[in-house]
Amino acid sequence: MSIAEIENEIVEEFELFGDDWEGKYEHLIDLGKHLPLIEKQYKTDERLIKGCQSKVWLRSILKDEKIFFSADSDAIITKGIVALMIRVISGHTADEIINAQLEFINKIGLMEHLSPTRSNGLVSMIKQMKLDALAYKQ
Amino acid sequence: MTIETITKKSTLNIQKLRQDFPILSKKVNGKPLVYFDNGATTQKPKQVIDAINNYYQTQNANIHRGVHQLSIDVTIAYENARTTVQKHLNAALSQEIIFTSGTTESINLVANSFGKKYIKSGDEIIISEMEHHSNILPWQILCEEKGAVLKVIPINEKGELLIDEYKKLLCDKTKIVAVTHISNTLGTINPLKKIIALAHEKNIPVLIDGAQALPHIKVDLQDLGADFYCFGGHKIFGPSGVGILYGKEKWLNEMPPYKVGGGTIKTVTFEKTTYADLPLKFEAGTPNIEGGIGLAAAIDYVNEIGLENIGAYECELLEYATAKLSGIEGLRIIGTAKEKASVISFVIEEVHPLDIGTILDKQGIAVRTGHHCTQPLMQHFGIPGTIRASLVFYNTKEEIDILVNGIKKAIKMLK
Repeated sequence: MSIAEIENEIVEEFELFGDDWEGKYEHLIDLGKHLPLIEKQYKTDERLIKGCQSKVWLRSILKDEKIFFSADSDAIITKGIVALMIRVISGHTADEIINAQLEFINKIGLMEHLSPTRSNGLVSMIKQMKLDALAYKQ
Repeated sequence: MTIETITKKSTLNIQKLRQDFPILSKKVNGKPLVYFDNGATTQKPKQVIDAINNYYQTQNANIHRGVHQLSIDVTIAYENARTTVQKHLNAALSQEIIFTSGTTESINLVANSFGKKYIKSGDEIIISEMEHHSNILPWQILCEEKGAVLKVIPINEKGELLIDEYKKLLCDKTKIVAVTHISNTLGTINPLKKIIALAHEKNIPVLIDGAQALPHIKVDLQDLGADFYCFGGHKIFGPSGVGILYGKEKWLNEMPPYKVGGGTIKTVTFEKTTYADLPLKFEAGTPNIEGGIGLAAAIDYVNEIGLENIGAYECELLEYATAKLSGIEGLRIIGTAKEKASVISFVIEEVHPLDIGTILDKQGIAVRTGHHCTQPLMQHFGIPGTIRASLVFYNTKEEIDILVNGIKKAIKMLK
């Protein structure tokens, strides 16, 4: 599936919750529990993305021209958001990742997590994923 | 709070007072707003909103030196605001009240101006472990520039300053002491009189960061004897972007200007400028006029309710909230000082503060999570951050119940 197709799939998945914030956040928390975890030895300071409050560790590897991510966070909702990001982006080529629009975040009502000063560092994470992709391209 | 205020039963009609604050009837995420982020900023009563509104509708002109009626009238209004602040703090002179943009600018002003004149290599500046970054960084930069040394008063596990350690730090090299009145993270009310007296024995001036104190307690500057006292308008139900630096006249007269520009001068030639007398020496440029007027309205409002009444009621709230929150399994309160304002920080076992804050927000409850700009304090307690509920007089026991249920729900979802 393309990045856009996965984004659409997630949007449909979240539409089921409608106004039910509890359901939506429970789903996010559940997704966080299934995040492809970064291996312990890679959970180093240099892989740490500094948000203001929660920490996110991110690692990428290149395999058959495609980039795969693993991650972890100390906050469970952040972990859920990271899991969504990885589901969308992981397994695609550098160009696909660099050009990804990632509009699903807005569409599923998680835009509040995207403001640049927001404490979970989602913006920094997206930037780091794209920077990784760019690095593999060169 | 002191024992006297605890024994005084509050008589405030909170429901009636809440009606003064339009925003408190707002719904957030479909739920009635429960606002417990007062330590970050307080909500504004319509008396303050009206004062600002009225300023723009009927008073707007630039202050000082204007020959026309509007300018004369608004100058009087602005200077009356200064007098309102002076009286509220029981400062000796109105020219000891300097309008700034907030607590942060007030501290920066002193660190820059006092620092330029009095601090040299090898000197020492004392702060405490519980300071907000705003009362650390200006001194840290000053120390780096001048080759001075920053000394830190440690705290105990309750979050109280260790006065014996403070005594040991005070020495001939100490040039200024800068401590907070009330800790924004822990709620600790520091023993200022003792701190100031000990410094004054050695002729060392003391700066107090009063940002968190003004909405909760009566500050009498002549009684306290502080050399500098700083606070911001928005934390005492007034507008943001305005604050106060109180300084004893003798210091302010000796200190050089910090920012310069229009309004701060007597005469200017390209060779030499002579500066205006206090307070204008420190008030360059067109100030936040509506901010000053709004701040005075906020002070009048607080005085109408009475800080004693507010203190007594907040004591009840603090006691109630502490008991209720302590009943939640795995919850630990950070900051258990004997003298404490209605600020409660806590952590919950195995749950990140940010997650709790996010789920509370979905329930219409506004708290603050994180390090609260006191990272050294977080390092002391070995935690990444806390959840902080900071309460003022318009909060209620019912709201505390909503918070407690909200936390329980969050824990259930997150664990």
